[in-house]
Amino acid sequence: MDFSSINPALLIASLMVSATPILLAAIGEAVVEKSGVLNLGVEGMMIVGAVVGFIVAVNTDTPLLGFVCAAIISGIFSIIFGILTQYLKSNQVATGLGLTLVGLGLSALLGRPYEGMKSPTLKALEIPFFSDIPVLGKMLFSHDLMIYFSIFLVTLVWWFLKYTHAGMVLRAVGENHDAAHALGYKVVLVRMLAIMFGGATSGLGGAYISLARVPQWTEGMTAGAGWIALAIVVFASWRPWRVLFGAYIFGGVTVLQLNLQAAGASIPVEYLSMSPYLITIVVLVIISSRGNQGAPASLGRPFHASS
Amino acid sequence: MYIKSVIAGAIASLGVAAAALAADVKVGFVYVGPVGDYGWTYEHDQGRLAVEEHFGDRVETVYQELVPEGADSERVMTQMALQGADLIFTTSFGYMEPTINVAKKFPDVKFEHATGYMRADNVSTYSARFYEGRAIQGHIAGKMTKTNKVGYIGSFPIPEVVRGINSAFIHARKVNPDVEFNIVWIYTWFDPAKEADAATALIEQGCDVVLQHTDSTAPQAAAEKAGGVITFGQASDMAMFKPMPRVSSIIDDWAPYYIARTQAVLDGTWTSTDTWDGIGPGMVGIGEITSAVPADVKAEALAMKDAIASGDYHPFTGPINKQDGSVWLAAGETADDGTLLGMNFYVEGIKGDVPQ
Repeated sequence: MDFSSINPALLIASLMVSATPILLAAIGEAVVEKSGVLNLGVEGMMIVGAVVGFIVAVNTDTPLLGFVCAAIISGIFSIIFGILTQYLKSNQVATGLGLTLVGLGLSALLGRPYEGMKSPTLKALEIPFFSDIPVLGKMLFSHDLMIYFSIFLVTLVWWFLKYTHAGMVLRAVGENHDAAHALGYKVVLVRMLAIMFGGATSGLGGAYISLARVPQWTEGMTAGAGWIALAIVVFASWRPWRVLFGAYIFGGVTVLQLNLQAAGASIPVEYLSMSPYLITIVVLVIISSRGNQGAPASLGRPFHASS
Repeated sequence: MYIKSVIAGAIASLGVAAAALAADVKVGFVYVGPVGDYGWTYEHDQGRLAVEEHFGDRVETVYQELVPEGADSERVMTQMALQGADLIFTTSFGYMEPTINVAKKFPDVKFEHATGYMRADNVSTYSARFYEGRAIQGHIAGKMTKTNKVGYIGSFPIPEVVRGINSAFIHARKVNPDVEFNIVWIYTWFDPAKEADAATALIEQGCDVVLQHTDSTAPQAAAEKAGGVITFGQASDMAMFKPMPRVSSIIDDWAPYYIARTQAVLDGTWTSTDTWDGIGPGMVGIGEITSAVPADVKAEALAMKDAIASGDYHPFTGPINKQDGSVWLAAGETADDGTLLGMNFYVEGIKGDVPQ
């Protein structure tokens, strides 16, 4: 067994690429769930983002514009879910699943002319000085913009939920919507905004797959990443930094196990293959085993102002 | 995963329910990936379209894509049979037992299972000798690698995939005694992100040739991004990645078979058969070898293709030892189909174990 061929700098660089789609989707879903809404349509919103981002990037030759449009369109797409669940009081689980179905179908339809095409990819940022640091430069400072943006977004969400009044309102709505309503907060409005934010970040996550990680459009290409994101939110007990940690562990073990296989590790492949799921769950469960689990008390419950 | 199967099931019932109207024969297709994967499922769907084209109104086709392997596929097949399908093609290895189970319940419906080995009175099997194409890929890979490291993305450790690895390896070693194969198993047929990650991992390990036995074009895109790496189109031509990284391809051509089998149902002459065709009968095609390959290597590859097609050369011709050094084929001996169909061992020189 020879592990010298595994270059830690490259490994960590790949890990961040592999984790970013899930991270983007999960951080948005964490906010949605914090507001008390369970949106199982993450997969659908991701794939819509993937196809929209790809189409825009190919036609304009500007990947960044692809990301922006992916976020906007997926945000709009998630409004369907918002209207159905918040105004028409439909069941959140069923509606979320429906959103996934619609997203998969819609993206296949939109993407058909773009199958097999190549997209312009996001260039890695060359940060003066930092990118030139040996090892560390390659590891941390030679990524594309979206990777830094995803980390910035986690910071933003953490700060928003913890230190801002609006964040507190959002959490209040998620914990006890009746009390929040009695205090005069607009429960439905807060939830709609959260749902749109979740839609937008899921769209970014999807676009990251079609524009950076793979990069191409293939029908059904998110292949379950949305479900992983949903699971990570729960196992991270709805905390932004744990979401980041969980996504990186999942991405990291995924990449590591592929590298171990490629390097010829004498660990049975079956164990390596299941390791990303297993290790992520075990680690996050251990972290979350202490103290408050943090599940928003009103999660998934329908709200009606009269009740 | 559970929720995913629920959804897939829901999509399945929707799709199948959409089928309508009467034709002489109704043919169903069950696909493991999306029809737009530009790989395995894409070619099966091209076969389906060829059937429609050939028979016109006499035949109606229905298909269901993204059907998970295992129990969930049984419901899709059952649904198709209940909707009046006369002939159902199930196009992935993991549909084998579900196909047999459903076929028992519908003795009047004919089933055709791709790449499996279980048959019944109303279940045929068919597959293509992909390993013939793999031999040509191995030859080109062995000649062209500079790092002497060839990466191989495996889906599931089933005989079909192991056979391809062995065939490619034997022919790469023949022209390049220093070549090593790095094999990664990803346990999925279709997951572009994972396929791309696997290709990237192999490239980072120094592989400058990446072979894939998965269905999407993602490894091609990853190789193109990395640069200086060559790949081969898998199951379909993947021509959009010409001339680099894709330097050649294995193309599955199912259309003649699907047309012949549909004709047999129309004529009432359908019987349970076992078909395993290769380059000779045209079920396996070799895509254009691009200008990235030196002319002499290209000529050798084409000569090998002709020799295989005419039956003069069998890719598994001894002397070949098994991985543990024991003799598998003596000099001049060729492998029999039975051994090939159940192949679960590596040949001498490949590192690592076949996952059991």
